[in-house]
Amino acid sequence: MIRLEQLCKQYRLGGETVTALDQFTLEVSAGEYLSVMGPSGSGKSTLMNMLGLLDRPDSGEYWLNNTAMSTLSEEARAAQRNSQIGFVFQAYHLIDRLTARENIELPLVLKGEAPGQRRPQVQALLERLGLDRHADHLPHQLSGGQRQRVAIARAVIRKPALLLADEPTGNLDSHSGSEVIALLEGLNQEGITLLVVTHDQAMGERARRRLWMRDGQLISDSAGADHAAG
Amino acid sequence: MRLADLLQFNSRLLLRQWFRTLMILLATGVGVCAVLLLTGLGEGARRFVLDEFSLLGNDVLIVLPGRKETTGGLPPLTGEGTRDLTLEDALAVSRLPGVQAVAPLVVGLTMVNSGGRQRELMVVGTSAQFFTIRGLQLQSGLGLPVMPLDQVAPVAIIGTEVRQELLSEGPVLGAWLRAGGYRLRVQGLLQEEGVSLGTDMRKAVLIPVASAMQLFDTQGLFRLFVQVQNPDLIPQVRERIEQLIQARHGGELDITLVTQDAVLGVFNKILNLLTLSVAFIAGISLIVAGILIMNITLISVSQRTKEIGLLKALGAADKEIHWLFLSEAILLALLGSLLGVVVGYLVLWIAHTLWPLFPVAVPFWALSGAVGVALGVAVLFAWLPASRAARLPPVQALRGDLQNAQR
Ligand SMILES: Nc1ncnc2c1ncn2[C@@H]1O[C@H](COP(=O)(O)OP(=O)(O)OP(=O)(O)O)[C@@H](O)[C@H]1O
Ligand SMILES: [Mg+2]
Repeated sequence: MIRLEQLCKQYRLGGETVTALDQFTLEVSAGEYLSVMGPSGSGKSTLMNMLGLLDRPDSGEYWLNNTAMSTLSEEARAAQRNSQIGFVFQAYHLIDRLTARENIELPLVLKGEAPGQRRPQVQALLERLGLDRHADHLPHQLSGGQRQRVAIARAVIRKPALLLADEPTGNLDSHSGSEVIALLEGLNQEGITLLVVTHDQAMGERARRRLWMRDGQLISDSAGADHAAG
Repeated sequence: MRLADLLQFNSRLLLRQWFRTLMILLATGVGVCAVLLLTGLGEGARRFVLDEFSLLGNDVLIVLPGRKETTGGLPPLTGEGTRDLTLEDALAVSRLPGVQAVAPLVVGLTMVNSGGRQRELMVVGTSAQFFTIRGLQLQSGLGLPVMPLDQVAPVAIIGTEVRQELLSEGPVLGAWLRAGGYRLRVQGLLQEEGVSLGTDMRKAVLIPVASAMQLFDTQGLFRLFVQVQNPDLIPQVRERIEQLIQARHGGELDITLVTQDAVLGVFNKILNLLTLSVAFIAGISLIVAGILIMNITLISVSQRTKEIGLLKALGAADKEIHWLFLSEAILLALLGSLLGVVVGYLVLWIAHTLWPLFPVAVPFWALSGAVGVALGVAVLFAWLPASRAARLPPVQALRGDLQNAQR
């Protein structure tokens, strides 16, 4: 489903050039559950941004569902983000003047769906994630764990194939953190391809496939044997 | 994104920042309102003047003593001619072919008393034809007697205020007035009407022209109204009058001939220009409102950088982001204009009920222009910040980094 070929991304900081991704190559099949770990600054977020089409690589190619992403227009990339990719951020990124329900609804609103079509989908998801009592609360009235669950609901409302979570538990206590992880894993079991960036060793170990990064390079892949061969 | 969703999204935003919203609405509203009020008054003044001067038909020529050299300007308001325009001149004009009727005019202020009461009033010396030319209506009694212009008669027609001030008790018709050394018998009462041609007929005493010339001891007419048989004859009659007067005044053309159209044309031009310039000045306040809207959009973009990033991450295209911020500005301008229009019309309506005689009216071009400029300015000024927001790369916006947006 995903193929990254020799992806490079460099940043210029003052006079210095920082290599965030260095010839990064990776293949992910549909339905996989991966964790990405590595020291701070190793390029994990940069990788997620590439996969989420939030940024463009300097060189290399990103194939998503056998389409080369570099060939797409900015508008087509936006459509891909809307329909194919769900993103969960460490900082939630909820819109603070919108209620939980309205935040979850946003991808459908952007798609241009009618309110009548949107309502049942949002309601179903609210109930599934145990958020129906908080549906009309504003983000500041919710706990961190609840906020992240709203953000996850928003990420999957369009039933994307790919769910990217960049340190989704980074701002949460361990209890809400494991709740959130359980939720993500549940979604993965239903078929969504899941990539989670985490600093938490134990959490990373739960993934069926674990990636380690350093200095923008993939230094270890638990499925390494097969992939190195292939 | 659907329009209804866009509207809801934006109104949520505007309500949340209600103070800022209110300021913008006020700024735009005041601008639109100012345009409406000023043009409303200007247009009112124009119509007022036109109505006044339209009292004379388009078949009337006005002869003023004194020559005005430059053509096209306003005629002299007082006759300072070298030679008087006399009653004999008027008689001669009345005999010209194409002339239907003439009404000479002699005007002066004098003390008029009746019983114990005394008032300084305007005495207008004229002829019976003045009533038709000027369209004066009588409430009761008779108009001036039809008789040769040089004949005197001790009669008067009075306006409604003269009656209230001097003859509030007892019958009006047949009452006696005293003006200067002359006794005048009231034989008619004018219908109530507004101020016209700068003359308040309610406060006027109309008497035969020859009597007025005796009363004021003058040989010269204030002006002479000439009614032609039909409006097409105006140019010919005008020429004949000029030739006649020139001949009678020793070869000197010392009169000015004015048609109503000329007077109206000049007033119309001046007042239209006035209305236009006040509209323009008021329009400047709309530019100020536009700059405010630009600032608001800039602030909005910088405060909502992360939101832009998020919306992009959720699949909003660049042009949707552009439209999102642009529509916020348009919404503000629309609501502000609406506010201005409502308040403007309310004030004009109040003014109209207070002064029913003054015809306040907002010309359509001012209404559409004010709203159009408000909207245009909003779009113009919000365009740049909005497109800047639209171009932000999603990662960068998510970081809240607006700095290197333009690359
Ligand atoms: N916008 C940027 N400008 C300059 N340098 C950047 C930018 N974004 C990332 N970098 C650099 O790229 C490298 C990789 O950053 P990245 O955010 O991907 O690391 P990370 O693995 O997510 O780190 P962390 O665990 O702290 O989140 C770092 O050295 C970082 O300083
Ligand atoms: Mg990171």
